[in-house]
Amino acid sequence: MSEETALQRVKFYQTGTHTVGNRLMDEDKRSVQSSIDRSNAITSGHRACQGCGEALGARFALDAAMRSCDGNMVAVNATGCLEVFTTPYPETSWQIPWIHSLFGNAPAVATGVSAAMRRKGRAKTKVIAQGGDGGTTDIGFGCLSGMFERNDDVLYICYDNQAYMNTGVQRSSATPPTARTATTPAVGDAPGNVFGTGKNLPLIAMAHNIPYVATATVADLHDLETKVTRAMNMSGSRYIHVLVTCPLGWGSATNHTILLARLAVESGLFPLIEAENGAVVRTQKIRKKVPVEDYLKLQKRFAHLFKKDHEDVDRIAAIQRMADANIDRFNLLGERTAP
Amino acid sequence: MLKQIEGSAAVAQAVALCRPEVVCAYPITPQTHIVESVGELVKSGELKNCEYINVESEFAALSVAIGASAAGARAYTATASQGLLFMAEAVYNASGLGLPIVMTLGNRAIGAPINIWNDHTDAMSMKDAGWIQLFAETNQEAADLHIQAFRLAEELSCPVMVCMDGFILTHAYERVDIPTQKEVDAFLPPYEPVQVLDPADPYSIGAMVGPEAFTEVRYLAHRKQMQALDLIPQIGTIFKEVFGRASGGLLHSYRAEDAETIFVAMGSVNGTIKEVVDAERETGSSVGSVSICSFRPFPLEELKNALQSAKRVVVIEKSLAPGLGGVLASNVRMALREVPLPVQTVIAGLGGRAITMIGISEVLRAAESGSLPDVTFLGLEQAVIDREIARSAEMRHAGPTAEGILKAIQNRPAAERSRAS
Repeated sequence: MSEETALQRVKFYQTGTHTVGNRLMDEDKRSVQSSIDRSNAITSGHRACQGCGEALGARFALDAAMRSCDGNMVAVNATGCLEVFTTPYPETSWQIPWIHSLFGNAPAVATGVSAAMRRKGRAKTKVIAQGGDGGTTDIGFGCLSGMFERNDDVLYICYDNQAYMNTGVQRSSATPPTARTATTPAVGDAPGNVFGTGKNLPLIAMAHNIPYVATATVADLHDLETKVTRAMNMSGSRYIHVLVTCPLGWGSATNHTILLARLAVESGLFPLIEAENGAVVRTQKIRKKVPVEDYLKLQKRFAHLFKKDHEDVDRIAAIQRMADANIDRFNLLGERTAP
Repeated sequence: MLKQIEGSAAVAQAVALCRPEVVCAYPITPQTHIVESVGELVKSGELKNCEYINVESEFAALSVAIGASAAGARAYTATASQGLLFMAEAVYNASGLGLPIVMTLGNRAIGAPINIWNDHTDAMSMKDAGWIQLFAETNQEAADLHIQAFRLAEELSCPVMVCMDGFILTHAYERVDIPTQKEVDAFLPPYEPVQVLDPADPYSIGAMVGPEAFTEVRYLAHRKQMQALDLIPQIGTIFKEVFGRASGGLLHSYRAEDAETIFVAMGSVNGTIKEVVDAERETGSSVGSVSICSFRPFPLEELKNALQSAKRVVVIEKSLAPGLGGVLASNVRMALREVPLPVQTVIAGLGGRAITMIGISEVLRAAESGSLPDVTFLGLEQAVIDREIARSAEMRHAGPTAEGILKAIQNRPAAERSRAS
């Protein structure tokens, strides 16, 4: 039995992480999803791929949100996988009021919904906007920054699978260096995506001094629920950036969705942080640091880095330096702070 | 109440009387004074229960209105020119979702070359976006059309674009009768949508629709516009009952009943055309005019009837379809498809060039003598064009042209210069 498979089989405590299974928690702290009364914001029967991280992340995030406001909420969705796989007319998976307008305007539509709710005497109705990394870090970026700057009363959740998966895996500004996509093919002298300077949206959100910014992954769904709940109990602009594995786009096994999200965290490539009013207030420490190769090797989008005849040691080292820089920047190996 | 007031301020006051609940503002000339004025009414407390949101782009402005309208609020915004193009995707989306948003368009040219002055190219770019498009002839009508627009939009569940000529109307001070709140309340009931984003009764709005139903959805959008052909005159009649004056409707005819030459135009230029009609009637010309108020839906039957007596129709239009000619003229020809009448079009007033009575009278002379071409560019400086064509023929280079024209104008001989001024 390989180590990965073993990790998958441990249901109550994910070895090597701080992720805790429900049975080790007090009853009132258990996952929303462990309850028979779960609200099921996105009901079954939708058309997401097997192993889809976004479907998982969105369901946990929105169910937690529903619980924190007694279901008194509206969701606005950018165009993308989540929109397409949940609402093929005349079917819908949404058990909450939901609107999709365009690819790049979800934050602005959410601003409008929130303004209308205030004027209609329903100020308590919470508004969530959501989109993928393309809808958030690229085409919707202007509207998102405007929403942050005005501090409109919206929680925006980005499900980041690091490329335009809905259109067939094209590069976005959230695609990591060297990753193969349809528009950054694994050919030529430097196959895959370029090493840019990066576009770290959680940090950009923090620069707007909004009340709350957090990062999360589908590896620790309890942590995701906690952060969503925290955000839902605040007002003003809030932003949660969730790393969601995409087996199709990443070229990963469908049973590696949780594992890969965890390795992204444990390698330092995806730091888990929370910030309030522009300052980091909590970080999730790495329990057992892993080299970036452990994360990269399981994904076909990085396969060209590990060719038998010549491993791309320079660029793997560069990715390792990115991970190490994250670890230094957020002190991810330091003493654990209380959550 | 009669006021000597700027067009933009009159529209802002009329909009405020409609009790909008969400207004989104983004500046673009020549519409800016409208949203500024609404903003002042909100901030001073004169317009209550209204969210005034300063957004970061026109795309966001209409998107905020989309969210607000879908959540059950009466939503309004205004734009012009490049702003309308920047929000184009949301323009189609608002009508596709059936959201009764009202938007003012301060008509302005579209670049390049960048130009802030009036023509109708912006409105024409969105003519098939599923919005009702109404054109105001005067500032009184601009104000009145906004009040009608909210009622029309909400009865049909379809957005309405009220077009008013940039600067010529938006910045002109005219006498405008601003109605009272009581009158507007009597005319315009509160917005009560059947389907909203309500947690107690959740709907999914904006689902993906495939080939199995898309044609039907589009057909219904067409049907809605056809319904508007009936509804627009009805609302005009009710408006007259409440406010005591006629405003809006599908089109206005002026001395056209027995006219042999009939001008067709949209917006403020009709004022000039009517002056020409009066003057030319004095000297024996058989001339009249028709002002199209509702460009979408286009009143094919009503226009055909209004042109009954005509021996020729001359369209004066402030937009150009390069490679075809006139946009409005194509629609007029559609109305006359069963009538063997010559329809000539005159492209005029592009980018704010003044349309003068003399210019229109010259067009009438040419039309009456049978020498008016199918497409004419009013006041085109042919000598400048000839020089630029000669210059570019020498170079055989691809690239920008606008600066070349300016150079050709700069370098024109003295004789030509005095003629042009």
